Amino acid sequence: MKVAIKRISSDPLGLLGLCLVTLMVVSALGASIFAPYDPIQLNIMERLQGPSAKHLLGTDQLGRDLFSRVLFGGQVALKVAFLSIGSALIVGIVLGLIAGYGPAWLDNSIMLLFDTIRSVPTIMLALVTVAFVGASLTTLIFVIAASSIPSYGRIVRTQTLTIKSKDFVKAEMLMGASLPRILSIHLLPNILGPLLILASMDIPSIIALEAGLSFLGMGVKPPTPSWGSILNDGFALIRNTPWPIIAGSIPLVLATLGFTFLGESLRDLLDPKLRKSL
Amino acid sequence: MSENILKIRDLSVNYHTDRGKLKALRHVNLDIPKGSIVGVVGESGCGKSTLITSIIRQLDDNADIPNGLIEFEKQDLLKLSQDNMRNISGTKISIVFQNPMSTLNPVISIGRQMIDIQYRDKISKKTKKQRSIDMLTKVGIPDPHIQFNQYPHELSGGMQQRVSIAMALQAGPSLLIADEPTTALDATLEVQILKLLKELQEEMGCSILFVSHHLGVIAELCDHVVVMYAGQVVEQGSTYEIFNKPAHPYTIKLLECDPASISQKQRLLPSIPGEIPDLTNLSGGCIFKNRCDQSIDRCDQYTPILKEFDNTHFVSCHLTEL
Repeated sequence: MKVAIKRISSDPLGLLGLCLVTLMVVSALGASIFAPYDPIQLNIMERLQGPSAKHLLGTDQLGRDLFSRVLFGGQVALKVAFLSIGSALIVGIVLGLIAGYGPAWLDNSIMLLFDTIRSVPTIMLALVTVAFVGASLTTLIFVIAASSIPSYGRIVRTQTLTIKSKDFVKAEMLMGASLPRILSIHLLPNILGPLLILASMDIPSIIALEAGLSFLGMGVKPPTPSWGSILNDGFALIRNTPWPIIAGSIPLVLATLGFTFLGESLRDLLDPKLRKSL
Repeated sequence: MSENILKIRDLSVNYHTDRGKLKALRHVNLDIPKGSIVGVVGESGCGKSTLITSIIRQLDDNADIPNGLIEFEKQDLLKLSQDNMRNISGTKISIVFQNPMSTLNPVISIGRQMIDIQYRDKISKKTKKQRSIDMLTKVGIPDPHIQFNQYPHELSGGMQQRVSIAMALQAGPSLLIADEPTTALDATLEVQILKLLKELQEEMGCSILFVSHHLGVIAELCDHVVVMYAGQVVEQGSTYEIFNKPAHPYTIKLLECDPASISQKQRLLPSIPGEIPDLTNLSGGCIFKNRCDQSIDRCDQYTPILKEFDNTHFVSCHLTEL
C-alpha cells in the first residue's frame, strides 16, 4: 500500500486525481461540519445573490446557500456511485462466476440475460423505471446497478474461463479441492484486480449519470440537494444569474477529472503487464 | 530388464468428435522400468498428451478407453476408484507441465502454494515450510528463504519451472511425468533443467516419463526411447539403439530432420513430406505408408505389429521382416 501511494505520487496527474478525490470524499463526508447553512433552509430575503463572504457560492432562487448545497450534493453523488457500483460488482461477480464455471446451458442463459440488459440504453431504462416507480435515490441506484451488472459480469466470466483452463486450477480439481476453495482462493483473487480498476474508472461516468438524471428531474427528489438539480435550477435562471450553473458544474468537473485521473493511474499501477515489482 | 513401475498394455483411446470416432491411441504398449528415464517422442498430434492424460485419468469427457491396461505398482489405474486414484496422483505420480506460467497461481506466494500442496501430511506448518525450503534449495533456487515469499511473476520462467519441479518432487513420487517441461524455456535453461532432472532422479530414485518432440533433449536425458506416430508406438528401444540403429523409416526420417544434424547451410529445413493421416477415418495397413518412401505392397494390406527387432529394440514395420 505504501509503495502504491508512492507510485501514485510520482505521477503528477495521478496525484492530482488523488487530491481531487480526497477533497471530494472529505467534503462530502464532512458536509454537516463544513457547511455553513442547512442546505434546504429557505431564505427568501437573500435569494439569487452572487458570491460573498456570507455565501461563498451565492444563493439560489429560494435563497438556499449554494456552497452548502454543493457539499451535500457530493454526498448524494458518492452514495449513488458507491452503492450502485458496489452492488453491481457483487451481483456481477456472482453471476459471472456461475456463468464461467457452471454448465454451458447456464452460461448461455446468463449471457442472454446480460445481452438483453445491455441492449437497452441506460437513460431509457432509467426514464421508464422512474415513470413506473417514481423518482427516488433507490430507483436511481437500482437502475444504474442493473445496467452496470452485465459489463462486470462479462469480464468476470471471461476471466473465469481463462483461469479455469490453467494448470493450477486443473491440479486443484484433480486433488479433489472443494468448489468454494477453487472459487475463493484461485479464481476470485485473479479476477478482482482488473475488475476493481474498471469499477474505479466507472465512478465518474456514474456521477455524471446521476447529475444528468437529477437535471432531468428523474433523480433525487427535491429539496434534496444534488449537483444535477442545482444545474437544473441554474438552467431555469440562466438570464438572472450564472452562479448556480457555476456552483453545480465545478464540482462535477472536478470529481469526474479526479476519478478519471486516479483510475488511469491505478490501472497503470496495477496492470500486471506494466507492473514490475510492487 | 528390472521391475517395471508402469506397464501399459494394449491401450487404446477414442475421442468422440463431430466428425466421428477419432482413434487417438491404438494398442499402445509401454514399460517404464524402476529408476529409469523413458522418453516419448513424436510430432504434434501423435498422441503424446493423450497418453499422459490417460495415465493420470484426466481425459476429456468425450474420450473413452475401449481396451487396455495401465498398471502402476501392480494396480490397474483404469479400474481404481476416484478416491484411490486421488491418493496416488500427487503422492506416487507427479507431473510437471509444459508451461510454468500457468502451473502456478499468480496471486498466491510460492511458499503458500508449496505448503498448500502438502495438505495430505499431518505435520506442522513449520515442518512443511522447512521441507519446502529444502526442496527449493535442492532444485537450485538461490536464496530460497526470500524466494519462498515471492510471487510467481517475480521469478523468471526457468525459476518457475524449477519451483514446479520442486513441488512435483516434494512428495517423493515413484513416477514423475514431465510433459515437455523445457519447451517454454530457452536453450541454456533447457540444459540446466535437464541436468537438474537427471540429478534429482538419481538422488530420489524415481522413474521419469519424459515427453518431448525435441530429439536432442531425449538423447541427452533418457535411457529408453519410445517413438510414437499417429497414435501408435512405431519403435522403442534403448536410446543408443534408437539414435544409432534406427529401424523404422519414420524414426530414420525424424532423425534426419533434426536441425542439429545439419552441418551445411541450406535454404530449407528438411521435413517429412505429407501429413498425419486422418485418425477419424483410418484405412487398413501401415499407418506411415503414405509418407514412407520405401513402402511395399504389403504395407497397404497388413498393419504391421510391434515386433522384437533386436533384444530390447522393438519396431513395427514390414521392412524389418524381409
